[in-house]
Amino acid sequence: MELRELATSSSEWMRGDGPQAGVVISTRVRVARNVAGYPFLKRMTPEQRHDVQEQIRGVETELGLLGEPVFMPLDTASELDRQFLIERHLISRELAGNDGPRAVMFSPNETISLMINEEDHLRLQVLRSGLQLEDTWQQASGLDDELERRLDFAFSSRLGYLTACPTNVGTGLRVSVMMHLPALVITRQIEKVFQAIARMRLAVRGLYGEGTQASGDFYQISNQVTLGRSEEEILETLSLTIPRIIDYENKAREALLRESSSLLEDRIWRAVGILTHARRISSEETMTLLSALRMGLNLRLVKGLEVSTINKLFIDTQPGHLQMVSGRELSQEQRDVLRANQVREIMKIGENGN
Amino acid sequence: MQCQRCNENIASVHLTEIIKGEKIEKHLCEECAKDEGYTIKTHVSLQDLLSAFISAHGEASDLAETTCPDCGMSYVDFRNEGRLGCPNDYEVFREALDPLMEKVHGTVEHTGKVPSRAGESERKQRDLMSLRRQLRTAVERENYEEAARLRDLIKDKEKTDGIA
Repeated sequence: MELRELATSSSEWMRGDGPQAGVVISTRVRVARNVAGYPFLKRMTPEQRHDVQEQIRGVETELGLLGEPVFMPLDTASELDRQFLIERHLISRELAGNDGPRAVMFSPNETISLMINEEDHLRLQVLRSGLQLEDTWQQASGLDDELERRLDFAFSSRLGYLTACPTNVGTGLRVSVMMHLPALVITRQIEKVFQAIARMRLAVRGLYGEGTQASGDFYQISNQVTLGRSEEEILETLSLTIPRIIDYENKAREALLRESSSLLEDRIWRAVGILTHARRISSEETMTLLSALRMGLNLRLVKGLEVSTINKLFIDTQPGHLQMVSGRELSQEQRDVLRANQVREIMKIGENGN
Repeated sequence: MQCQRCNENIASVHLTEIIKGEKIEKHLCEECAKDEGYTIKTHVSLQDLLSAFISAHGEASDLAETTCPDCGMSYVDFRNEGRLGCPNDYEVFREALDPLMEKVHGTVEHTGKVPSRAGESERKQRDLMSLRRQLRTAVERENYEEAARLRDLIKDKEKTDGIA
């Protein structure tokens, strides 16, 4: 399959029809594993890395866990391909930026992704739409069990699954929930929420994980602790905390509507205005304006567009996607023009629907 | 306590800064703290912990001299790179890593999922690792006879261990 074909389609997680889709974009479960008998990545020879890659690929092919997966070595992939995969959350920035033999395998609907030779030999990821903690974990754990029938993973009875970084040791589990929290940002309550989250030993990150800026009011909430708690306990911490944040966000939206509806409406309709008429627009501005539009749709202040269309537009307007669809490299100016065209096309659908 | 900047809200951010040897205390509300450019860290990075840990233990400890026999990594390497070299490092640097992990996770005892074939495999894991290391050395020294022998041994071991 060509990556370019993917560019025009939607991933499962962009559908926007999962539980709590108004506030929660997606739920991601990531499990870190290392094949026993090999050093960790930093101390591996290229041959060993290639060995591990082929072992994992072989086992997947034998068991057919991913249907008809796309397999893509990243050491030979172009920079644009890598950028494109990052934007779709199929690979991490770290996997894209590493050197040496490394690869990704993902299922056709992009729900499951196996990152090979990232920070650990294997990072198994399941990504689903909306808030689906239990189901996402069950799917990831089931895949882990299947792989374990054929692969020995580095494990100690004292410390659990052994990982290259001691912050992942134990369960090797990272559960992240991607949330859209514009009203908490506008009402300046977001810092307070962060502090409460930190007390639960949960971490907050930006749209593309560790070290990235929050843009478009998207935040990833994830567990920090991986050792000394069972997978169920980790999930429970999140399943207690996330609904409370959703509640805060919804309350903040209602309060805005009630107490300063002109401010809120002005912000949303200005966003609609720019998105409908701009001839050049940066990625950053697009994120900010789409964020306001998305909230407007959630609150039914704006009608005629689906939230899933906007979810997809967030991804489609990123630099890698614009260039993938055009089939060539574009300068920043060309991207800004193309982005504005693309956004205007979508906004026309909204106008006809109104 | 009231915020020193706006004199309105309750101060919830308390900072101590040392500027030119002089200690300055600041008590601000969240809004003013944000305005003055202080961001509240929501999580501590491993790098922060590592540097704090090293300075507490000092460079001269035995730890600085220890090297893992399996992967050749020293504790100084770990500090610089932030990642371990092999699973055995968790035992070799146990003295240093246990307190570090306790800080990050609260406890140092796994209570989660256990692979169905755990236990039997732990020793085999180490054996295989050791053989692969010997193989690497043999290849480096261009000792191809030894390398071939080791390669066969590893293949046999993988088969009997049920690893594909």
